[in-house]
Amino acid sequence: MDYKIKIEAFKFFYGREQVINGIDLNIPKNGIFSLLGPAKSGITTMLRAVNRLSDIVPGARMEGSILLDGKNINDADVNVAELRRRVGIVFDVPAPLPMSVYENVAFGPKLLKKGKAEIRALVEESLQTAALWDDVKDRLNTPAQSLSGGQQQRLCIARVLALKPEVILLDRPCSGLDPISTAKIEESLIQLKELYTIVIAPHNVQQAVRISDRAAFMLSGDLIEEGANTEIFSNPVHKRTSDYITGRFG
Amino acid sequence: MSKYVFFILALSSISALALITIFIISRGAPIIGEVGFFDFVFGMTWAPGRGEYGIFPMIVGSVTVTLGAAALGVPIGICCSIFMTEFAPAALRNFFRPAIQLLAGIPSVVYGFWGLIFIVPLIREYLGGPGLSILAGAVILAIMILPTVISITEVSILALPPEYKAGAMALGLNHWQAIKTVLLPAAKSGIVAAVILGIGRAIGETMAVIMVLGNAVALPQSILDPVRTLTTNIGIEMGYASGTQSQALFATGIVLFAVIMLLNAAAQFITRKK
Repeated sequence: MDYKIKIEAFKFFYGREQVINGIDLNIPKNGIFSLLGPAKSGITTMLRAVNRLSDIVPGARMEGSILLDGKNINDADVNVAELRRRVGIVFDVPAPLPMSVYENVAFGPKLLKKGKAEIRALVEESLQTAALWDDVKDRLNTPAQSLSGGQQQRLCIARVLALKPEVILLDRPCSGLDPISTAKIEESLIQLKELYTIVIAPHNVQQAVRISDRAAFMLSGDLIEEGANTEIFSNPVHKRTSDYITGRFG
Repeated sequence: MSKYVFFILALSSISALALITIFIISRGAPIIGEVGFFDFVFGMTWAPGRGEYGIFPMIVGSVTVTLGAAALGVPIGICCSIFMTEFAPAALRNFFRPAIQLLAGIPSVVYGFWGLIFIVPLIREYLGGPGLSILAGAVILAIMILPTVISITEVSILALPPEYKAGAMALGLNHWQAIKTVLLPAAKSGIVAAVILGIGRAIGETMAVIMVLGNAVALPQSILDPVRTLTTNIGIEMGYASGTQSQALFATGIVLFAVIMLLNAAAQFITRKK
């Protein structure tokens, strides 16, 4: 199999506290990979480590390696800004930047000094792909904060798409959203997986079953089990995995 | 029962405001009427002995000293807040914050005294003029408004959702770019309020500037010239003033009061709009 991300003997610390205890995980190219687990399992930390957004937390430190296309993201010659553009992220709380809908999506491409026409096309294309274009095409210049929660989250996805990333990380992107918005986001993710490697922390097991090709179960900083959707959800090897997916805890 | 006790106590603080306002206006308004509002505000001569009451040189004094203080203190204050919220490690921040609060606790007469002994001779020696000058006042006031500017700016940056910074950096901005293009614009209303409140603090300060401004009632030609501000005018002459002169000082107070009220209202309006 063609792996996009290889995580090897990965440990993560906030000061003295260890939150990830050594994980090996391979994430295949183009597909949806779910990272499941209850709160405090280290999933958010794991996701944020992949584009080194974890660097901005004072006292944070990682051991082991994360390889993106075989290249260690912590190598000295890696340009962090470029890495973050290749590996986009969507947070659990929809947090559009304090500017207009259009500006939010155009923000990333503008940094790359692209031409106006190109940016305009990119904004429309990204909003289309994120299933938001029809909602906002008549109010591109209104403040992003005036959109509904679900629209804001799709805007955040569009913002990432506008950078033409290779990997999209999503940290419980549907946690505050209603079922209709959730369904729209899941639909667009299923379309996007043809082109992108998607790693998602789903907000519940059902969502993981619906959308993922492969899934891994994490608990208290350990990787318990990893496998294809059909195996892990219908026939888990570990008792703790089956307890979690059948809703006995979590 | 206790509700009424608290109500009466709360009322007493409001009534102090009402009493002072009524008193100042009742004492000062007649002289403005007598001299004429225009001649009072834009008159060039302040000669109580001859019955001439023009406060324009003092308005110029207040404005120049305050703008000077803002020009020096605001950039330093904003940069200091950015450093504390974004760059300083926790240990350093825990040293900076109380130290800056301490700056607010120094009595203004001490600032004035230090300015007179240290800043004034420095200016006289290296830049010329009498030393007692707009520049000396601006330097002292710049230091005195720092705690206001820093703490309000800091609070407004800290109040931003952490996702702004993370989101901006996830799009490939470095830390400074994220601060410049996302955090500062988002905290703009708070920062503007900080500046206005700082200016309000500077324009109302009396004791410190009395000691370093030289207090000459004349239009200054350069920042090295001595000036008198609205506040120092009251502070200097109140001791021996009587009759119309005393009324004219209260009228000076009305102008000052109106300016500070306007500044505070502007600050409130700007922060509330968000």
